Amino acid sequence: MLEIKDVHKTFNAGTINEKVALNGLNLTLNDGDYVTIIGGNGAGKSTMLNMITGVFPVDSGSILIDGEDITNLPEHKRAKYFGRVFQDPMTGTAADMQIEENMAIAARRGKARTLGFGIKKAEREEYKKLLATLDLGLEDRLTSKVGLLSGGQRQAITLLMATLQHPKLLLLDEHTAALDPKTAAKVLELSDKVIMENHLTALMVTHNMKDAIVHGNRLIMMHEGRVIYDVSGEVKKNLKVSDLLAKFEEVSGNEFANDRMMLS
Amino acid sequence: MMGFLTALPGAIAQGIIWGVMAIGVYITYRVLDLADLTVDGTLGTGGAVLVMCTIGGMDIRFAMVMAVLSGCLAGLATGIFHTFFGIPAILAGILTQLALYSVNLRILGNKANQTLSVMNYDLMISLRYIHKSIVIGAVFVVILIAVLYWFFGTEMGASVRATGSNAAMARANGINTDSRKILGLVISNGIVALAGALLAQYQGFADVNMGRGAIVIGLAAVIIGEVMFGKIFKNFALRLAAAVFGGIIYYIAITLVLRLGLNANDLKLFSALVVAFFLGIPYWKSKVLPKQKKA
Repeated sequence: MLEIKDVHKTFNAGTINEKVALNGLNLTLNDGDYVTIIGGNGAGKSTMLNMITGVFPVDSGSILIDGEDITNLPEHKRAKYFGRVFQDPMTGTAADMQIEENMAIAARRGKARTLGFGIKKAEREEYKKLLATLDLGLEDRLTSKVGLLSGGQRQAITLLMATLQHPKLLLLDEHTAALDPKTAAKVLELSDKVIMENHLTALMVTHNMKDAIVHGNRLIMMHEGRVIYDVSGEVKKNLKVSDLLAKFEEVSGNEFANDRMMLS
Repeated sequence: MMGFLTALPGAIAQGIIWGVMAIGVYITYRVLDLADLTVDGTLGTGGAVLVMCTIGGMDIRFAMVMAVLSGCLAGLATGIFHTFFGIPAILAGILTQLALYSVNLRILGNKANQTLSVMNYDLMISLRYIHKSIVIGAVFVVILIAVLYWFFGTEMGASVRATGSNAAMARANGINTDSRKILGLVISNGIVALAGALLAQYQGFADVNMGRGAIVIGLAAVIIGEVMFGKIFKNFALRLAAAVFGGIIYYIAITLVLRLGLNANDLKLFSALVVAFFLGIPYWKSKVLPKQKKA
């Protein structure tokens, strides 16, 4: 459903800060894939997600979703395809707006925004029910400003918002990295639940190798702007953190010789 | 003291007019989180268009509409500079403001000012009829706040607020943030031009310099309103009303210090210092009370 073909992206090209972020990235997702992505700092994980969602243009290559070429579509026009949760809990929600207002905005992702009421009465009831499933007591705080909530609460709401309008692809960019371990576990559990219940295709970037193994049906490792390891099914289930660490050390040590070996 | 009391109604009338202007500033400064300096030019544009249209024989109501539309155009120019040209908002506003000086002179028939006497034209407000002016001004304020309250509650209005609150979130939810910034600037400058049109009627002339420092007065009104009423006025309509009250309080304060002997030529210096002081209050508060969360 998602095809990334030979995408290149270099930041600050021609300057001393030149950084090749994506270097001939290829990736094809199948419907229903729940892919975890790992890789070291600067491997291109977040860049990949930002490139998919159009935060910045690519230098070359193409991105297709269900066969439609979206490579040159501006960010707000592609938004209808994607639900996103960001690393920074502040990014996914508008702090100055109420919980229900945030949700109403997300519920209209990909739709024309009219001069009709921003929130309809029936929506409120629906949001209340959805918030109750989070078990964070937010269902009684519909009109609270999101800025008053904790990072974990904001991530949980962002997750709901990302799926209010069924996304073709859910993108989770280290969305638990800024949370305390207990909250992180809860948000992760919630992510699994949301993905299962809505039969979503999802990409989840994580720094935690154990999470990468436990969650999803497919795992990819990125290094220097490319996918260098891609496993799914039983092989993925039986992975151990030590296996991943070994792979990781191999590529960081002597990358080029090992790329091919690891894909076999 | 008696002098001050007799001057009080005039201060309130002027404060209401500048309160309308402050509502326009609130849209950009608070809702969109942009400092838009276009308004120094737009206020004059609104006044100039109103005066020339009225002198040209247009009904005062239509002249008001024309003034508002001229302000919207000015906002559109700044919006295009900001989004399409990628110029930072402050600079984009300064560019339009500079351009408007020439435009305003043109509108005024290449004169620095044009008079509009209430004796010859059927004006809505005038300093000759201060009490009536206060009532009419208040009616304008109430209608304006009601319309804005409705608009910012719509899907479209909410998308403008989201753009100002968190542009990344807005784009992730499919909102074209560039078009929403332009829309906000158009609305804001339309309102400022309305204030200019009211001011020109009130004082009986339009002057090419009438908007000089308007942004400072508008900001003063917004900030004074927030500092004085922020704790109790949480609702959006009340926050806009607070900006109007801020404008009134500002003009009462100005009237008082003039009575107390401040040289009128030092007024702009005084205004700038007052605004700087009020802008500093939230910052100092955050320094002294670091644990307090921003509401």
